[in-house]
Amino acid sequence: MEVGTLKLNLKERPFAGQIRRRIQVDVRDCYQCGRCTAGCPVAGWMDAAPHQILRGIQLEQRDWVLSRNTYWICASCVTCSTRCPCQVDIARVMDALREIALAEGIRPSEKTVKAFHQAFLQWVRLTGRMYEVGLIGLYNLTSGQFLASADLALPMLGHRKVQLLPRRFSGREEVNRIFERVAALEEKG
Amino acid sequence: MTRLAYYPGCTLETTAREYDVSARIASREIGLELVELEGWTCCGASSGHATQYELSLALPARNLRLAVEQGFSALVAPCAMCYARMRHTVHDLRDPALRARVNALLDAPWEGDVQVHSLVDLFSQEENLALLREKRQRDLSGLRLVAYYGCLLVRPPEVLSPDDPEYPTMLDRILQAAGATLVDWPLKTECCGGSISLSRTDIALELTRKLLEGAIRRGANGLVTACPMCHANLDMRQGQINRRYGTDFHLPIFYFTQIVGLATGHGVKELLLDRHLTDPRPLLAEAGIRS
Amino acid sequence: MARIGVFVCHCGSNIAATVDVAKVAEEAAKMDHVVYATHYIYMCSTPGQELIQQKIKEYRLDRVVVAACSPRMHERTFRKATAQGGLNPYLMEQANIREHDSWVHAEIPVATEKAIDIVRMAVAKAAGLTPLEETRVGITKRCLVIGGGIAGVQAALDVAEAGYEVVIVEREPSLGGHMAQLDKTFPTLDCSACILTPKLVDAAQHPKIKLYTYSEVVGVKGFVGNFQVTIRRKPRYVDASLCTGCGICWNNCPLRPREQEDGTVKGGIPSRFEAYIGRRAAIYVPFAQAVPLVPVIDTEHCTYFVKGGKCGVCKLKCPRGAVNFEQTEELVTEPFGAIVVATGYDLFDARACGEYGYGRYPDVITGLELERLMNASGPTHGHVLRPSDGRPPKTVVLVSCVGSRDEKIGRPYCSAVCCMYLAKYAIMLKEHDPEVEVYNFYMDIRAAGKDYDEFTRRAIEQYDAHYLRGRVSQVYERDGKLVVEGVDTLLGRPVEIEADLVVLATGLTAPAGARELFQTLNISYNQYEFVNEAHPKLQPVETNTDGIFLAGCVTGPKDIPASVAQASAAAAKVVGVLSKEELVSSPMVAEVNERECVACRLCVQVCPYKAIEMARTRRGKEVARVNPSLCKGCGLCVNACRGAAINLKGFTDQQLVGQVAALFAEPLFEEEERG
Repeated sequence: MEVGTLKLNLKERPFAGQIRRRIQVDVRDCYQCGRCTAGCPVAGWMDAAPHQILRGIQLEQRDWVLSRNTYWICASCVTCSTRCPCQVDIARVMDALREIALAEGIRPSEKTVKAFHQAFLQWVRLTGRMYEVGLIGLYNLTSGQFLASADLALPMLGHRKVQLLPRRFSGREEVNRIFERVAALEEKG
Repeated sequence: MTRLAYYPGCTLETTAREYDVSARIASREIGLELVELEGWTCCGASSGHATQYELSLALPARNLRLAVEQGFSALVAPCAMCYARMRHTVHDLRDPALRARVNALLDAPWEGDVQVHSLVDLFSQEENLALLREKRQRDLSGLRLVAYYGCLLVRPPEVLSPDDPEYPTMLDRILQAAGATLVDWPLKTECCGGSISLSRTDIALELTRKLLEGAIRRGANGLVTACPMCHANLDMRQGQINRRYGTDFHLPIFYFTQIVGLATGHGVKELLLDRHLTDPRPLLAEAGIRS
Repeated sequence: MARIGVFVCHCGSNIAATVDVAKVAEEAAKMDHVVYATHYIYMCSTPGQELIQQKIKEYRLDRVVVAACSPRMHERTFRKATAQGGLNPYLMEQANIREHDSWVHAEIPVATEKAIDIVRMAVAKAAGLTPLEETRVGITKRCLVIGGGIAGVQAALDVAEAGYEVVIVEREPSLGGHMAQLDKTFPTLDCSACILTPKLVDAAQHPKIKLYTYSEVVGVKGFVGNFQVTIRRKPRYVDASLCTGCGICWNNCPLRPREQEDGTVKGGIPSRFEAYIGRRAAIYVPFAQAVPLVPVIDTEHCTYFVKGGKCGVCKLKCPRGAVNFEQTEELVTEPFGAIVVATGYDLFDARACGEYGYGRYPDVITGLELERLMNASGPTHGHVLRPSDGRPPKTVVLVSCVGSRDEKIGRPYCSAVCCMYLAKYAIMLKEHDPEVEVYNFYMDIRAAGKDYDEFTRRAIEQYDAHYLRGRVSQVYERDGKLVVEGVDTLLGRPVEIEADLVVLATGLTAPAGARELFQTLNISYNQYEFVNEAHPKLQPVETNTDGIFLAGCVTGPKDIPASVAQASAAAAKVVGVLSKEELVSSPMVAEVNERECVACRLCVQVCPYKAIEMARTRRGKEVARVNPSLCKGCGLCVNACRGAAINLKGFTDQQLVGQVAALFAEPLFEEEERG
């Protein structure tokens, strides 16, 4: 949010409208009881609590909302949506915010989360299934966490929990085409 | 024998191999014929729905189509994440407009119905529990176990239909039927931080630590799970947790199918119990299970 | 040939601005049967009414048409004027040329043309009108009050003081309702029983009030002024005329609870009055100041009844021989002129919200349970102790809105009293133990009554309660403490509190059996089984059924001051009915043509007011017959009758067809056939 007094004009509500069109959630249903935040296991690490994100959408604070780390840290445990007395699907709102941020190229405040998801999907696209060693390798590189999980590497190897080499699975061509078609969908907007 | 499409999911081939092996063994014991889906591909896990909605539906839908093509009307996914994604797909694609959009992303559309099960809901059915009780060959009473469900078996309740999203007992009943000593605890459905395990390991360590502490506080000597991500956090990261917090956790983490396997007389190595990073063998030995 | 006078009103400019009233009068004068037509600025005014009276005499009119506003406004005024002019008041027809015409059209020619048509139709109807007489019935000057809580008792006292007989029917063994279970009441912190029991005693001793406790209403027939109510008097197995309430029976019952030296209690049956925390014997009064102080035997637990005749200690010990195991239930039917429904409320079962742990953790309790713990006559003698280990709590967390304001569980309404009683608990807990810390998770603070907001501020400012804005997500147990996962939305952070005791503010719901009783009374209720008032703002203590009134939480959650005010209001309405010599009801009711009726009973089935019954004519023919006191003139039966054997007086088929025919300028009936 910019400094100084918040100048509010809520005649037009494009952000709330975007959320409603995308995921059929009407943020007006939320009466800010905070129960979502109360039950969120990771809210203590967020710079804006889940209910505050909802409030931000209600008050059209788009830039502020999208620059929070809330929806990146969200662990998708769905406790919020399960307990919300107004039946607002807050977990889905977090998904939608991530989609919007990625589509608009907004720099995430949690670089590692974006890097993880992209690395994961990259290997799925390439081989048809997830490839852990590759995931960790690609993730470490792109997130700048070069030694992440390094301390686990030896024990995992020792316990034969690792598939060292990538494998390619039948069906990967269709998976690749699915990714392409999804990308084309996004282009169309 | 009930014939079901078996969708292992990516991790069951690698870090969660124990789950795959023990699941197949345990399922045979109660008469479930699991036929691995040919040509299955990744369900998209958390990264799918976290970044692109239609993608997160298309990837599971492809597998559901394969199931129909290969003559199955029911599919079982042992991994809680895969199970949840499949169930979300079945649920959301009841909307014909959305279904048409997602089908257009596939090479061929998914038509027909597939019943998606988790292994937990299959094993906890009364007939199967009775079978399990009959086939018991070992005394597991020395194992004091807590049942840990995590998030993806129970939430959101409208999609996953658990017996009770706040206090489920499906897994508890399986452990009781297997003859283990069940320990009640209040953290059954608390999140372990699975989907941010790599990207925010610090948070996942804190959440996992709370679970380990909670189990031990209640007097458990083992924790049972049905989710590879939970298992990874709880089993593999105990060393990291101990280093970070100065704790001394050595709590074995079991897949429930391993407990079923043990109960029905299968061996420690057979069930890949020697592959865990937190070695369960000392506990098993104490409980009279040495091989 | 009728002699009709037409009076066209200007209504200031309301009509005259859009309708050429002079033209309408001019055209009216040309219509059949019209011997006089005029227009005037305000027909409802005194000169306007006098004009009608004058012209009736001057022109020997025998029918009147007033073209003006809606009948809902001034039908009564013009009927009175017509009567004062010497005609039967039902020989007046009002033509609505305001709401139906001048207020919905903008162009004068169109509006005027329409007004002329409307008047033409009214004239045709007036020609067919016949004089009607209102129905008059006698009134039974007795009032029934269903429910013996504070609202019911207050209503009974007020009606009795006005000089009328009252019967209170209460299904529990004693009067008092939930207010008797409360410890202190907000905002005064009066002892609840201390302010309640004098009223209960007054009711018991009032010469005009009869108590039927441990009884239920099972049948209601009739209509306002003439109800016949059947009451089931459940057997107490104690003869109230002999019992003195000495207590020897319940103090000797082998099943009674016995307090041990270490303070624990052995035996006893969980007592509903003690919120199932405290216990009682099998023969019991619910509380020490019960009215009447006559015990009942709980046959589900009493050894005599459960084990076929064994025990009988109470009967043996009773010095008056008042115990009578042979007592049977009694059905009595009594007449009443008016009924007040004051059946109160029950509380939401928090087990439906598993995340709070109610039912799983003994130290998660409801507000009512806390009341009993705090009360000096309660199961812990007024010491607030944890149910699990009997120790005093040092940290108490209060949770608001459990089962209220929650769409997910189908109860979106607010229960009105919880914010206040949680503030009360914050204050009382500190009064009981100055060392206790109290946290209150609230969503809003609803404290609109007199001195209410000041009361809640006292809890915060004087009694140091910690108010945290946000709802609780979950309560679970850890190391003997209850972990409360909540949030402070003002700070924007999730918060966790380790509590010794958690008190849930459970919402108010309709009591068990409500639906069946309301159906017996034929009064309507909403999806939460709260009764619907006749009008939510303007008629808060009336139902759509004449003679049945409401007071207290039967219509929805409310506090004691509101319940008492409603009780007195309902009593005033009752006195309004009972003080009349006779009840006059509108004659515009349905009437069966007994020659044509074939007794098919369709009308009986269709009548929403149960106003039609089968009867026999003097010749023995079975016909339907309408009770003119119950009939509301809705016309459903007229529609349903396949043989056109029912007509609505004042809206007969002939009159209505005549109106339509006039519009199309074709006479369909001969003059002789009218009426």
